Amino acid sequence: MVENDTKKKLVKMGEDILKDVEKKKNPKIEIPIRSLSNIVYDEKTKSLTLGDKTSKRYFFNVAHAKKFMQTTIIAAFCNELLNQKIHTSLRDMYYNLKRTLPNSNENTFDEQSESDPIIVDIEVALDLLREQLHLNADVRGRVVGKALVSDRGDRVDWSKLGSGGWAIPSNVEAIKFKKVDAKFILVIEKNAAFERLHEDRFWEKHKCILITTQGQAARGGRRLIQRLSEDYKLPVYVFCDSDPYGWYIYSVIKFGSMSLAHVSDRLSTPNAKYIGLTLSDIEKYGLEKYTIKTKEVDIKRAKDMMKYEWFQSKEWQKELKLLIDKKIKAELEALSGRGLRFMTEEYLPDKIKKKEFLL
Amino acid sequence: MKILVDGRITAEEMSRQMKEISISEFFEKNRHLLGYENATKALITIVKEAVDNSLDACDEAGILPDIKVELKQVGIKSFKMDFEDNGPGIVESKVPLAFGKMLFGSKFHRLRQSRGTQGIGISGALLYSQLTTGKNAKVSSSTGDKIHEFEMMIDTIKNEPRIVSHATQSNKDRWHGIKIEIEAEGNYVERYQSVPEYLKQTAIANPHAHIVYKGPNGTLKFDRVVNKLPEQPKEIKPHPYGIEFGILRRMLSTTRSKNIKGFLMKDFSRVGSRSVSQILRLAKIESKRKPSSIDHAETSRLHKAMQMVKLIAPPTDCLSPLTENLIVNGLKKEIDAEFFVAVTRPPTVYRGNPFQVEVGLAYGGSLNPNTSAHLYRFANKVPLLYHQKGCALAQSVEEVDWRRYGLQQSGGMPIGPMTILIHFASVWVPFTSEGKQAIANYPEIVKEIKLALQDAGRKLSKFVSQKRRAKQRQMRRKLFERYIPEVAESLGKLTGRDEKIITQKLEEAMKKDKEISMIAEETVKEKEDKEEKTAKEPTKPEEETESMPSENEE
Repeated sequence: MVENDTKKKLVKMGEDILKDVEKKKNPKIEIPIRSLSNIVYDEKTKSLTLGDKTSKRYFFNVAHAKKFMQTTIIAAFCNELLNQKIHTSLRDMYYNLKRTLPNSNENTFDEQSESDPIIVDIEVALDLLREQLHLNADVRGRVVGKALVSDRGDRVDWSKLGSGGWAIPSNVEAIKFKKVDAKFILVIEKNAAFERLHEDRFWEKHKCILITTQGQAARGGRRLIQRLSEDYKLPVYVFCDSDPYGWYIYSVIKFGSMSLAHVSDRLSTPNAKYIGLTLSDIEKYGLEKYTIKTKEVDIKRAKDMMKYEWFQSKEWQKELKLLIDKKIKAELEALSGRGLRFMTEEYLPDKIKKKEFLL
Repeated sequence: MKILVDGRITAEEMSRQMKEISISEFFEKNRHLLGYENATKALITIVKEAVDNSLDACDEAGILPDIKVELKQVGIKSFKMDFEDNGPGIVESKVPLAFGKMLFGSKFHRLRQSRGTQGIGISGALLYSQLTTGKNAKVSSSTGDKIHEFEMMIDTIKNEPRIVSHATQSNKDRWHGIKIEIEAEGNYVERYQSVPEYLKQTAIANPHAHIVYKGPNGTLKFDRVVNKLPEQPKEIKPHPYGIEFGILRRMLSTTRSKNIKGFLMKDFSRVGSRSVSQILRLAKIESKRKPSSIDHAETSRLHKAMQMVKLIAPPTDCLSPLTENLIVNGLKKEIDAEFFVAVTRPPTVYRGNPFQVEVGLAYGGSLNPNTSAHLYRFANKVPLLYHQKGCALAQSVEEVDWRRYGLQQSGGMPIGPMTILIHFASVWVPFTSEGKQAIANYPEIVKEIKLALQDAGRKLSKFVSQKRRAKQRQMRRKLFERYIPEVAESLGKLTGRDEKIITQKLEEAMKKDKEISMIAEETVKEKEDKEEKTAKEPTKPEEETESMPSENEE
């Protein structure tokens, strides 16, 4: 999308508000609803998308007024970023816009948690990505493996990065893939497991790309996984802790997230498969004594997930039920119970060979 | 003294010990009943007796009262007090008796709503002064003619005044009224139960009075805000239902009626010829009998019979309420609040005694929102400062559910920025003791007070909720007004239009808001209300006080 279109959309939002004001009407901004009630699971594309329910944010409404004001402030700020052709981070934007309103004790924004959702509101309302608004998403995630890319004119060989790997930038649109010599992509939730596999040079032996999301996957990482998998038809295996949090990381990579459902088509990788860890694995490899007791919130989360349309497969229902019944969960480290190299040498190769995945 | 074997004394011995108790001995033993049980209360009681008398006299004579009270510390524990009024004065011959004889007065032998009743009050004050300082009292009186100055004491053995000196002065200004000068032991305070508080409450209940108080710490002036005298209460005869046995005995011995039938019909209210026959038949007394010949047992039968016969309730035009208007005016002038309301209940009857209840509420303004509401209690326009806990007026306040009217309450007095005034008017106030500080809780009385409080409470709650809504609207408006510049600036940057024009247009759009448009209406209404109010009060109180003789002296 051209920058001009982004600008046009922002200006039109302002113009529409002024039209209401002109007519002495209560000015409003219409924003698609992003709660579960308006999230639709599209069976065909296998991704989460937004339904057509919207909410109207009115200025002359005590409950909406502040958010309305915040929305206009942020819209004006993004417009300025576009005009000046500069990029900034969400945190930087928050600090730029935080100030106390004249003659009051009230701040425009008290916490970054107030400004962040407004950005998503604008993205959804104007069908834009924050990158197009010149706002950088979080930088998180690293990669190593059999590929060569070009970034801002530099050639980066992912197989020659020493011990640290390559940090995934927040915006990967401009990354060009020069040579991809991998057979699959292994996405790992945890840094520690990534380090182990990297030290064991798993990627070299199995001709693959290793990506760690370091917790919930950032936009850059998700987009990178999607592009690699689409452009090179690479299978994607996701390797997470055996608990609702880990499973949801997999779910976000595969189907998209609820909070960013409006951009699922750009971020989700529908052919991703869950390689582990599962509670069935724990049973199979006799690792019960390395498990952790669940907390109440884990059970609740698992029960919620059992109801999600995109978790209805028999295998997933079984895993979720195992957790609820046995009240246990396991981290990737549980595999070390069979030896420190068990993961690299037996568990993962075995799974890939036997195609033991959850979908 | 001859003592018998078992330690007892004979009747002869006993009779030798019998003698008349002197009035000072009586006083010493009954200090608490008369209001002199402690040094702080003594000063208040003296002021109260003098001021009550002045107000009563002025009311009866149809004079707008002008009262001066001066209190000076002259020793470690002694105070000199000066009182002056512009009442009708007392004729020369009666002055010594009125001030120097206990139980002498004009109010005891009649049934009429007045401040004092027993005729103990002012002579009690003189006696207390004499007993604590040994000084003579000075009393001046004029009915408009000469001024008679008495220096006097009370002979405590004989219960009689002793005139030390009597002088006559010419009176060019034709001043009339009473001046009293006494010195007494006391302790002076200015908060809660105190002389200034007593006078302040008196001023609230008597907005037709002008009271100037010169205290040890400065002068307080209580202006007159009403120029009309309160309606004079009519004297009524007692109703059979309310008569006490002892009083009936006394009435039988002093009546001018020749026979018992005439006595019942003439000396009581609401007794007709049919009722008389019923009463006498039940009491088994012949109608021709002389009232003075009725013996104790017959009186007892008569008293019982009088309660059994069905009679019409007593007339209630004998009462003089403050009236709603006056209560509001009285509260307004002494209390800085936002909302005032008063309710005067129709007169009603307890045990044959007509009574009437009035309440007033002052709310908001400078009143503390976090403390219990203040209660001002009045009986026949006299403030009651002591014994609130045992008083039916306070009990009634506590029995009302004030949370319904937007106040807080957790058992007991309501909490909020409120002052409650309750006036109990009756020809016979049922005080719990001779200290006259608390009213007995007859169910009829408590019920009336609660009805009045609830009525006032409903009016208050309307105001409270209106105020709350108005406040919410103001906050709503402030919120939008705070955000408008921010929104205008952002929209200006976004669209390139003029920020000032956007601000203006947003403000116009805001005024279309339903709630906010109501603020505009409210302010217009408030303005109108104020204009109306000033139009209704053409005269200012300052202009009138100048014509008062007492003011000219200063």
